[in-house]
Amino acid sequence: MFRNQYDTDVTTWSPAGRLFQVEYAMEAVKQGSAAIGLRSKTHIVLGCVNKANSELSSHQKKIFKVDDHIGVAIAGLTADGRVLSRYMRNECINYSFTYESPLPVGRLVVQLADKAQVCTQRSWKRPYGVGLLVAGLDESGAHLYYNCPSGNYFEYQAFAIGSRSQAAKTYLERRFENFADSSRDDLVKDALMAIRETLQGETLKSSICTVAVVGVGEPFHILDLETVQQMIDAFEIVGEQEGPAAEPDAAAAADQGGSTEEGVAPMDI
Amino acid sequence: MNFMASKQPENSLLGPESDSQRTLYPYVTGTSVVALKYKDGILMAADMGGSYGSTLRYKNVERMKAIGKHSLLGASGEISDFQEILRYLDELILYDNMWDDGNSLGPKEVHNYLTRVMYNRRNKFNPLWNSLVLGGIKNGQKYLGTVSMIGVNFEDNHVATGFGNHLARPILRQEWHENLSFEDGVRLLEKCMRVLLYRDRSAINKLQIAKITEEGMTISQPYSLKTYWEFSAFENPTQGAVGSW
Repeated sequence: MFRNQYDTDVTTWSPAGRLFQVEYAMEAVKQGSAAIGLRSKTHIVLGCVNKANSELSSHQKKIFKVDDHIGVAIAGLTADGRVLSRYMRNECINYSFTYESPLPVGRLVVQLADKAQVCTQRSWKRPYGVGLLVAGLDESGAHLYYNCPSGNYFEYQAFAIGSRSQAAKTYLERRFENFADSSRDDLVKDALMAIRETLQGETLKSSICTVAVVGVGEPFHILDLETVQQMIDAFEIVGEQEGPAAEPDAAAAADQGGSTEEGVAPMDI
Repeated sequence: MNFMASKQPENSLLGPESDSQRTLYPYVTGTSVVALKYKDGILMAADMGGSYGSTLRYKNVERMKAIGKHSLLGASGEISDFQEILRYLDELILYDNMWDDGNSLGPKEVHNYLTRVMYNRRNKFNPLWNSLVLGGIKNGQKYLGTVSMIGVNFEDNHVATGFGNHLARPILRQEWHENLSFEDGVRLLEKCMRVLLYRDRSAINKLQIAKITEEGMTISQPYSLKTYWEFSAFENPTQGAVGSW
């Protein structure tokens, strides 16, 4: 995408029918560090890569609890993400107060999308520069949505956003058909493997990633570092036993025929 | 042009009254509503009277209405305020349906919404002069609750408004049990309504019983209860006390 004369204002169309400011906002999402989400019939797992700016600093918070039954992982301008999380928490709490019932995640997602759309149609605003993976439970089961700066939203079985997310997406595409009936722990393992795909060879450890789970009978919560590290260690050991070529990611599902998984360079978006 | 402007004492906390439109007293009122949970859902009974003070002015007032797919609302108190509440709920259900997703407001949600409305109106000193009974069933879960004009709300296995609390609830406490059959539920409600008919001067002998189950809401045609006035104790009641009644 190159600079052109139609990209100054979000309220200016290009002759090709594009709103460049909106597309630039989506670029901001692609530059953020990766976030992934996947779901089964009863659980949703969100995961993200947490890269701190320097050894001295802590990493940015990218996963937010919105309510007991809804959580969100963001990629892009984390400040925008924080503000939108506050909006979502407010909506949930107001609904709970009036109706004594949890806000259905499908409705929250539509409200969020409508809020984002407003910013694409006012000359004095700019689109939110953050993509949100919204995980939530409602009457009809477990849901995972992706909210875009454009104001669109999509429902997914599994998805990844942010930098090097294509690697995770490829991994998820291969495995998603099994997710619906996965157990909660297998889902978390798959999430960790997907996160590992985005790291491009760097060792996966719990200090650089965050994992959160929400499910039937399990309120949204972020898994603590020890639990995550234990799960990483568990499947890395299995991986070493299975693949004598020292490929650590042949791991959990032996039926996949591990040798094709390394060797394909993760695509940069 | 305010000849008879309403006067406040100097130390009043009520604020400007030039636009005074707050409800001070009810005009056309309905009497008790009684409801109970039974095997398949909720049964609710109310008579069809609308009193204008001590005059039984209106005798065809339906005081129970279906709300959405899952709930049933019965009201006693000011009939015009009940109609206003129906308008609020109509809008609520409309917007709920407009989402067109798999979700719908169940009886619990409607009950809590009504509680918020009633309590907020009470706080503004402009109450909706009603006692409401909200019952329903959603996904197999039965729900029965009540809200008063001051926002007091609670759920129970059987509820009543007004005189029903004094006359019907004691009967229900004795005789209600889980998983009543439809016939037993109706019989129990009729027993309560009969007592109310004998003892509540605002009651009329024309009632409806409404039922709500997973299949939906049905409301009976108006009918009357058999009464007996030939008790010997009522013959010649002033015998031995001339001048009394």
